[in-house]
Amino acid sequence: MTFKKTALALGLAVSASLFALSAHAASDKVVIGDIDDMSGPYADVIGAGGVEAIKMAIADFGGSVLGNPIELLTTDHQNKPDIGASKFREWADQSGLTMVLGGSNTGVSIAMSRVALQKKIPFIAIGAAGASLTTGPDCTPYSVHYAYNTTSLANGTASAIVKSGAKNWYFLTADYAFGTQLQEAATKVVTANGGKVLGSVRVPLATTDFSSFLLQAQGSGAQVLGLANAGTDFTNSLKAANEFGITKTMKPAALLAFLSDIHSLGLKTAQGLIFTTSWYWDQNDKTREFSKRFFEKTKKEPGENQAAVYSATLTYLNAVKAAGTTDGDKVMAELKKAKINDMYTQDGYIRPDGLMMHSMFVMQVKTPAESKGEWDLYKPFKTLTAEEAFGPLSESACPFLKK
Amino acid sequence: MTTIFGLPVSVILGQLMLGLVNGSFYALLSLGLAVIFGLLGVVNFAHGAMYMLGAYAAYIALSVFGINYWAGLIVAPLVLAILGIIIERLMLTRIYKLDQLYSFLLTFGLALIAEGLMRQQFGSSGQSYPVPAALQGVYNLGFMFLPVYRAWVIVASLTICFVTWFTIERTSLGATLRAATENASLVQAFGVNVPVIVMLTYGAGTALAALAGVLAAPVVQVNALMGSSIVIVVFAVVVIGGMGSILGSIVSGVGLGLIEGFTKVLYPEASNIVVFVIMALVLIWRPQGLFGKS
Repeated sequence: MTFKKTALALGLAVSASLFALSAHAASDKVVIGDIDDMSGPYADVIGAGGVEAIKMAIADFGGSVLGNPIELLTTDHQNKPDIGASKFREWADQSGLTMVLGGSNTGVSIAMSRVALQKKIPFIAIGAAGASLTTGPDCTPYSVHYAYNTTSLANGTASAIVKSGAKNWYFLTADYAFGTQLQEAATKVVTANGGKVLGSVRVPLATTDFSSFLLQAQGSGAQVLGLANAGTDFTNSLKAANEFGITKTMKPAALLAFLSDIHSLGLKTAQGLIFTTSWYWDQNDKTREFSKRFFEKTKKEPGENQAAVYSATLTYLNAVKAAGTTDGDKVMAELKKAKINDMYTQDGYIRPDGLMMHSMFVMQVKTPAESKGEWDLYKPFKTLTAEEAFGPLSESACPFLKK
Repeated sequence: MTTIFGLPVSVILGQLMLGLVNGSFYALLSLGLAVIFGLLGVVNFAHGAMYMLGAYAAYIALSVFGINYWAGLIVAPLVLAILGIIIERLMLTRIYKLDQLYSFLLTFGLALIAEGLMRQQFGSSGQSYPVPAALQGVYNLGFMFLPVYRAWVIVASLTICFVTWFTIERTSLGATLRAATENASLVQAFGVNVPVIVMLTYGAGTALAALAGVLAAPVVQVNALMGSSIVIVVFAVVVIGGMGSILGSIVSGVGLGLIEGFTKVLYPEASNIVVFVIMALVLIWRPQGLFGKS
């Protein structure tokens, strides 16, 4: 009796879900998936603020496209590639997913781009620095890389500082793939511009005390302290450099620093730091207008990744509208044709390998005297054109370009 | 210039000094852990979280209530001691009779909850706590510049370590405490309220972690995960010193800080595992730890 009932219910459920599946396949409904770090080290950089930015973009677009309301799904990948990939697959199979945003972690983003290729669903990577996502072996016809990559970060910070006359570098490098790749990229730029790397020290991830390493850096006699690390490793090493007076004799250069890092460190500690960013909230009227609306919702100024997420959502929705379909191949073709002009960038475009090309900005952290408010943190140091920052397409090692 | 192992003496002295700073810090943190394990038999994995909460208590005290660093050194441990007592009363008392694995799991869960809540509230980038005005500046030691605050950390940690050791090993209160852990029912028969003693001990252990947190706040970013990265090292320190041995945790804390300091110069990549290599060696040759009773 009960078995019969269960079997009946199960049968009904299966046919219902089959129906739902075919309903999804038939419609041209846009379902955006945001698979991101909501609780880990990048939560402040993108996380919930990123979700808010996507919602703002959807609302600004009008809430619907091709006659259907736009749906948004969000989840926390906890910085685990398997979670990111399986959530992508699940949404693609069951929820009619048409595009995925985010990633924020290079490892997770690589896993997700493999699913994108399998399911033929566009994936816009934002926040992950690994250049291999579009200019290396992990590139797929469905990948787009927004905001920044290791190449543009190194080109910006390292070339600006070497050209300003500080030629001798010492690197404090996080001892894992991200840190060593960043150091490698920066070393190339330093030597190409006539600078010299006097030495480097590889520091284990999540080290609590950086003072020993910093004294070694100071002992090298180098002029620039290159910080090839991120997150708390970055903030703690800069804090200790300041405490031990090392920033008085060496110029600190961050290869990856975010607005939330600088805000939490405070200007007294971070002042003078040079780093590269793709966007800053206080650049022009358009950025300030967006930031004002963002601030009203989150009580924080948006960081570059949150602005990038907003821009990417709009760019995608415009491409869907132009293509008249959510079909992955057709939307990708439109994306690679589009000119991107919004509050995030001017004359941005997506290269054949999927890399989003736009200007990058080398910034310097203001001194407490220069700052007019809690979030008034950066002043411009140098602007790089898209080609200066990301390099030419001919240097891209994206495999499907060669076919 | 004179060199030892190919390194200039000034470099070695500098690293010794930094090793001493970190070592005295390890000693202070492992002290609370050793007290709780030695007297309660609880493997307190929440110790790192209490250290983190201590730093946050000082941060909140300063930024919200305007309570300065020196008052924070007293307020934060008091607040955390009360929290510790609540945890002991509500949860730990129920599992004293069970295997130590249960206290380990319970406190580990508590640590995860505390970290999640603080991250939810304060975000993942952490907060800055300024070095108090009286302790700013550097001493020129000839071979290095030592920030005044770091020197203060050495003095404060070692003083607290000595006072705690003296109280437990050399006073009648300490004797009662130790007796209560050896044979609770007998001590109870002498008219000592053992459950209250146990409760206060857990509170005191928690207060020690919080105190370490306040001392650390001006040096590192106050962050929800600051405890979890250090608690594992501190556990290793306690195991090397001998679980529950107060003197062992102090001596091995300082010693390991020094060894770690040298590793940072000779082979930096290994600096975060050298403590565990030593732990493994100690466990092979002397499973009860350097100062533990077999």
